[in-house]
Amino acid sequence: MTSPDEPGAAAGPRTDRPRRRRAGKGESGGTTPRRIRAAGRRGVPLPLLLPGVLALVFLLLPLLALLVRAPWRSLPDQLTSTEVWQALQLSLVSATLATAVSLVLGVPLAWLLARTEFPGRGLVRALVTLPLVLPPVVGGVALLLALGRNGVIGKWLDAWFGITLPFTTTAVVLAEAFVAMPFLVISVEGTLRAADPRFEEAATTLGASRFTAFRRVTLPLIAPGVAAGAVLAWARALGEFGATITFAGNFPGRTQTMPLAVYLALQNDPEAAISLSLVLLAVSIAVLAGLRDRWLTGV
Amino acid sequence: MTPSVRRTRRMLELAGAGAAVLLTLSACSSSSGSSNTASDASGSASPKLSGTVTVFAAASLQESFTALGKEFEQQHPGTKVTFSFGGSDTLAASITGGAPADVFAAASPKTMATVTDAKDAAGAPETFVRNQLEIATLPGNPGKVASLKDLTKPGLKVVLCDKTVPCGAAAQKALDASHLKLTPVSYEQDVKSALNKVELKEADAAVVYKTDVHAAGDKVEGVEFPESAKAVNDYPIALLKNAKNAETAKAFIALVRSAEGQKVLGEAGFLKP
Repeated sequence: MTSPDEPGAAAGPRTDRPRRRRAGKGESGGTTPRRIRAAGRRGVPLPLLLPGVLALVFLLLPLLALLVRAPWRSLPDQLTSTEVWQALQLSLVSATLATAVSLVLGVPLAWLLARTEFPGRGLVRALVTLPLVLPPVVGGVALLLALGRNGVIGKWLDAWFGITLPFTTTAVVLAEAFVAMPFLVISVEGTLRAADPRFEEAATTLGASRFTAFRRVTLPLIAPGVAAGAVLAWARALGEFGATITFAGNFPGRTQTMPLAVYLALQNDPEAAISLSLVLLAVSIAVLAGLRDRWLTGV
Repeated sequence: MTPSVRRTRRMLELAGAGAAVLLTLSACSSSSGSSNTASDASGSASPKLSGTVTVFAAASLQESFTALGKEFEQQHPGTKVTFSFGGSDTLAASITGGAPADVFAAASPKTMATVTDAKDAAGAPETFVRNQLEIATLPGNPGKVASLKDLTKPGLKVVLCDKTVPCGAAAQKALDASHLKLTPVSYEQDVKSALNKVELKEADAAVVYKTDVHAAGDKVEGVEFPESAKAVNDYPIALLKNAKNAETAKAFIALVRSAEGQKVLGEAGFLKP
């Protein structure tokens, strides 16, 4: 087990990079759990304990109900159908690709928002969070209007390159990235703001270009924040329904992800829907727990 | 619970009670004020109807039922008809799940059976209209679709309803009957979203109901196909067991089945039962 103040361990072997200050900001390392434990010894205040436990019960009760009502006997039959595996595979692949897209485009955007000054930055930040507020179905319609065959940009894609996006797996990835990327951008931007900019400044005064400083100093420094943002984005992409069914449609093996399969199964076979949900639940818990142990200790 | 929460709650209760009083008052005044004229007009306003009827109806009924609801409210002042339109299977699932509805109008006997099997219907459902499938194409029919077979042409983007939805089941039946194999680009979750894909010009054609093509106006072009006769959907309507307002709900069902109701439904493209 690596020491808790080295959360960037997964990013590769550490060289003589500047060490982070131990008593840094709240979210930046392993000091937080220790502090909570210390507070626990002095007794947890009731006004925090009661609502906290209530919140936990509220969040877990529906999941428990799902487990209680799950058709355990017919579960094996339902899970061996090819359609389920197709949908699960598609879900995992498209959510991972959407996370990759979000990382490649979202981290630079977060850096721009956190580290540069430009007119209308506040407005841009607000606009970035818009997909969080937008009902996903509306997001899907917006994507159709922009990238559809008859869309503002999609029209030219079709005319020049013969590319039509709707009803393809690419459309699933785009729809998921559209709703998931804001989670990553917000999370990474927060980490960047909390990180000390002086390390970057020191690197640039020592002759590193601003991009080298970002790559060699900033990125390793904010790795836990990026990982947390990526996990959030991945989880959001995995559960995406509205934008996907609107923009990408529903075709088994090509655009039918697990949430779509669950929704349609719910119509005529609620038991199958519960089984499918359990699979999705189990997979996401496994992945999130696995990642948590490796990357996200103390985040 | 904190005092402020308690206070808000009490205020809400008061407001609710006030609203209820106002509602009953207005309901009384309007019904008493118009009962004379209404009885003159229709002659048989014996049971004074009031209150709200909640109707769960198939997405394809949206236009005609909305019109009938307005007519019902005019005929019976003091009543209100609220609708929830959606895929029949979704609606059936929410009714068996305990959704508060008085009337259910489904687009297929199969989805109605979900409700009757769960013993959530009061009495046997009655077929009130039938609906036939039609192909909806882009305006001007650029793909030159003239038959069901033309939909299998390569390069043509076709959307169907999912097989769990009545329009999808009917489309599949028509395709099977004519031994055609059609691979759509998408199986949509209800008939309106299938139509929507053509309206947005994302798909070249969709197999939907005659009534949907009718309702879309000139945004799509309808192509009739003879195989649709083999897959005509019966639309059953039923009073629900947990209806809070059974009397008014019955009156609404009667209006749907009356000559007047049939006229509105016929204008929307529905066939007589």
